[in-house]
Formats: sequence, structure tokens, C-alpha cells
Amino acid sequence: MVERVRGIKFHKKQDVAIVGAGITLFRRRLNETGKELSYYAVKQALEEAGLDISDIEMVVMGSAPDAFDGVHMKGEYLLDGSGGSNKPYMRFFVGGGTGVFAPIAGYWHVASGLADVCLVVTEEKMSSSHPHPQSAFKYIWDPILDRPLNPNLIWIFALEMRRYMHVHNIKHEDIALVSVKNKANALDHPSAQLAAKITVEDVLNSEPMSLPVRRLDVSPPSDGASALIMVAPHIARQLTDEPVWVDGVGWALDTTWWTNRDLYFPRYVAEAAKMAYKMAHVTDPRKEIDVAEPYDPFDYKELHHMEGLGLARKGEAPILTREGVTARDGDLPVCPSGGLLGVGNPIAATMGVKVAELYWQLSYRAGKRQVAREVTTGVTQAWGDLMQVGTVVVLSNKR
Amino acid sequence: MAVGKKDISAPPYVEGRELELEDFEEKKVTYVEDYPDIRYQFTAGQAISKFLNGLKEGKILATKCNKCRRVMVPPRTFCELCFKPADEWVEVRDTGTVETFSISYIDPDAKPLDEPEIVAVISIDGASPKMGILHKLGEIEPDRVYIGMKVKAVWKPESEREGMITDIKYWKPLEVE
Repeated sequence: MVERVRGIKFHKKQDVAIVGAGITLFRRRLNETGKELSYYAVKQALEEAGLDISDIEMVVMGSAPDAFDGVHMKGEYLLDGSGGSNKPYMRFFVGGGTGVFAPIAGYWHVASGLADVCLVVTEEKMSSSHPHPQSAFKYIWDPILDRPLNPNLIWIFALEMRRYMHVHNIKHEDIALVSVKNKANALDHPSAQLAAKITVEDVLNSEPMSLPVRRLDVSPPSDGASALIMVAPHIARQLTDEPVWVDGVGWALDTTWWTNRDLYFPRYVAEAAKMAYKMAHVTDPRKEIDVAEPYDPFDYKELHHMEGLGLARKGEAPILTREGVTARDGDLPVCPSGGLLGVGNPIAATMGVKVAELYWQLSYRAGKRQVAREVTTGVTQAWGDLMQVGTVVVLSNKR
Repeated sequence: MAVGKKDISAPPYVEGRELELEDFEEKKVTYVEDYPDIRYQFTAGQAISKFLNGLKEGKILATKCNKCRRVMVPPRTFCELCFKPADEWVEVRDTGTVETFSISYIDPDAKPLDEPEIVAVISIDGASPKMGILHKLGEIEPDRVYIGMKVKAVWKPESEREGMITDIKYWKPLEVE
């Protein structure tokens, strides 16, 4: 199989299926170490797939900044909990984009033919850095030009949100609807940290952090882990009648010069989506995508990313949200898991509410979270680093 | 694929034991405290050293790429798009436009600030469009700030400048001059 993606010949040895997923509780503070959390997630994914750790040929780990756990070489530290002992093992990291990047790395392990069974594990333990993980976040800023200004990470979101609202004339009320929707969706997720019935007024009246961002516009810091098992077709057929296939993957990064670009549109997400859609032969995402799990660390981010993913025209995502199109029973359900806003934001471990949720949705195993419409194809995406990375995966239950 | 709802709800269970902040305060949880103290000296490099020394003299310096014709602030020694050395240094003005802004109520550790501060991305006059820097606004009430507002740098007195981005104290509205 040879495909051309972004002008590059893409040699695929074999298709890639997902046959199992696992997720832990997401909470502000958990007693378990990162290793123990990783072990829980892996154990659950193996149970769902009907596999044993000895069946795993290669292991991919995803985890965000070392500063949260306070352990350098965090990938190596987490190895045993991830089931990677004496196996080909590698940790991947693109900040907040890691939750969707780790499964992309898992994909190429299998698609290349290097492995037939690859385990992907993601972990984050943000509570170790106390009293607040924001203190660790400040080290992502440029040390020479930005840090002397005493920045808080929330600033960049506030600056981007304001620019997005300004360019498309969007009201905060319309953005708050995303928080209302996702926190309500999370009521049906057993891992959820901040599931709640809230109103637009609750969001608009919540504590100001860095305006326009208020407390309820933001997802919480969390501890948690998740896991996925990705396999070759001949293995998938032995394990299940209902594998979910990885149809396309894409990623792109822009520079750390984030003040040099117009923040109203995430071009790097659009580039990543273009790559993934091309591989998946998706030409009209709004029509062909049945369910979406874009990255929602902030409520406006879901809208911003829907536009980057081509699920809405520029400035149209708030309108689709207001009209109920993105509700769980809508025509294009978005973040049916409850997302980061409702379930929690253990950075890399959000794979469990992004890629794993899409897998469960497309295999019709999401229970109370299952979207109303029939689904065959879905897209999920994460975003991160210093306003610069987009990671995209397209999944499908048809072959 | 058997399409349709099934009597399966994944994940079937979730593991993990939640802790409260009080569990730490009351020592109900076993933990080890650590205070890493790591010190760094970040060299500013070829381009940003010249930029910072320019600030000391009250000048904002940029580099220009003659291929894509961008005037780049903060300056760099190479154009990352054309991937070739920048061609020349140019001085840009100490005025600009607010591209976006935020009223921040929190410090770097997420602790509340006594007085909110206004942070902004300011595109610099004389540089290419949308070539902005992160900085703060002053001499204006938060509710009077708007996107598109023209602003001017307020410099520290020359004797107090030290070759830092903070040699510009903040940016103030241009029209109040």
C-alpha cells in the first residue's frame, strides 16, 4: 500500500485497528503514583482486548512536561507500569498534543510492520507539583523575552480567546454553551472529575482568571492515565468482530513565535487535519464525520478546533453549538465524552477521552454516552505546546 | 460491524483513590516533600542579545528577510520560513497596535493579584503585519482597552535599563499624548 500524503510517499505495510482501551479515574489528586495509574489503564485495555502483556510487542508512552511529576526521564521512570519492561519502548511528547500524538506513534509502529501488537499508554500526575501545577507551567515560556513579564499560562488562552471572539464577533454566552454541554455530558462518564449541570450564567459569573477567561471556561488539572491497544488486521480479526480502524493520522507544528501569528485560527490544526483527511480519503469533513472529539481544555478551544478541523466554517462553530448540532443527540456530536472540561485534563492521559472515547463510540460501547446518530467515521484532535501543535486521528468502523 | 446500541458501557469500571488537600495538611497520606533548587543562566544568543542591547538604548531592533520581505520582531538571525540568514537589521518604531489583550487576575503561580494587570500582544509599527510581542499595558483603565488601539512604549529611565524586555515598563495609549 503506497499513498501520497503531503507530497510524501507514505508506505503502509498494513492497516491498523484498535481493539482495547483503558482509563483510570481522573481527579485533582490521586493517591496512586504515575506507575500505578499506568498499570491500571494497561490492565483494563488488555482485559477489553482479551490479550496478555506477553502478547504486546512494542510499547509507546505519552506523557507531558517532566516538571509535573518532578522526575526527569519520566518515560523511563514510567516504563514498568506501562508494561514496557525489556520491550522496544519509547516516550513521545508534544505538550498538550501528546494525548493524540502517542496513538499516532502507535499507529506508525504497526502500519510500518515493525509490530503487529502495540500498546499505547499515556499518564499524567499533575498534583505532585504543588500548591498548583501552574508553577510548573511557567517554564514553558521563553526564558528571555516572556518570563521576566511574570506570565501565567492562562494568558495565552485569554489572548487567543479574545482574538477569536473579536474577529468573528462572538459573544462569551455562545462560548460558555460548550462548557455547559461538556460538563453535562461528563455526568455519564465514570472517570469524570467536574461533571455538573451548570448554566451559561454560572460560567459568566464565575471567578475571573485572566479575562475573558473565567474559572468555568477552563478544564481542571488532573491525575490520570489511559491506554489503547493497536494491532494489525490479522490479529484484530482473531480478537473481535468489531475492530475500529485508524484511517488517517496527521500532525503539524508552528514555531514558538506565537505572537507573530493571528491567533484567531489554528493553522497548524488545519494542516494536521489536511494530512489525516487525505490519508483517510475524507474530502468533506462536515458531511463525512459523524462524531468528533476535538481538544477542549477551554470552552472556546472546542470551537476553535472544530474550525481548524473543517467541521465548521470559520466563525460558524458557535452557531452550530447554539443550534444543538454538537449535542450528543445532534447531527454532529462533539465531545460526547464530556471532554477535558467535564472529565478532566490530565494532559497526555486525555487520550482516554479523545481517542479511546472515539473508539468506544465507533464500536457502540459508550453506553449512556453513546451518541444518538449512526456513526461510521469520527475525528479526534489534540493541541498543545506553546500554541503550536495540532495532532489529528481519523477512526472508522467500516472496511 | 453490528450497528446499533448495545448493552455495553465502556469503561466498565475505573480505578484510583481520590485525595483531598486536607489529607496532605493532616498528614493522612504518605508522601515525601522536595524543593528542587536549580539555577539557570540563559544566554540570549546572537539575535536577541542585539535586540536586548537595543532596548537598553531605547530602540526596538528587527531583522529583515529580503526573500519573503518580512521584518521580524523579535529578531532572529535566520528566517525560519525561507530557511536562510536574515539580510539586515532595521530599527522599527516604539509604537504599535493592540492585536489582543487580557485582564489578568492571577500571578505565575495562579495566586490572585492585588490589582489586575493588562497583558497584550502588540504588533510593532515598522515590522510586518501581525509581528507582535507579548507585553503589558498601563496608564489606561481595563475597560477602555480595545483591539486595534494604538499604543506607545513607556521606557524606564536610561540609567535603570539593563537590557531586558522589562526596559519597556509598559505600553500606553498613543492618543492621550
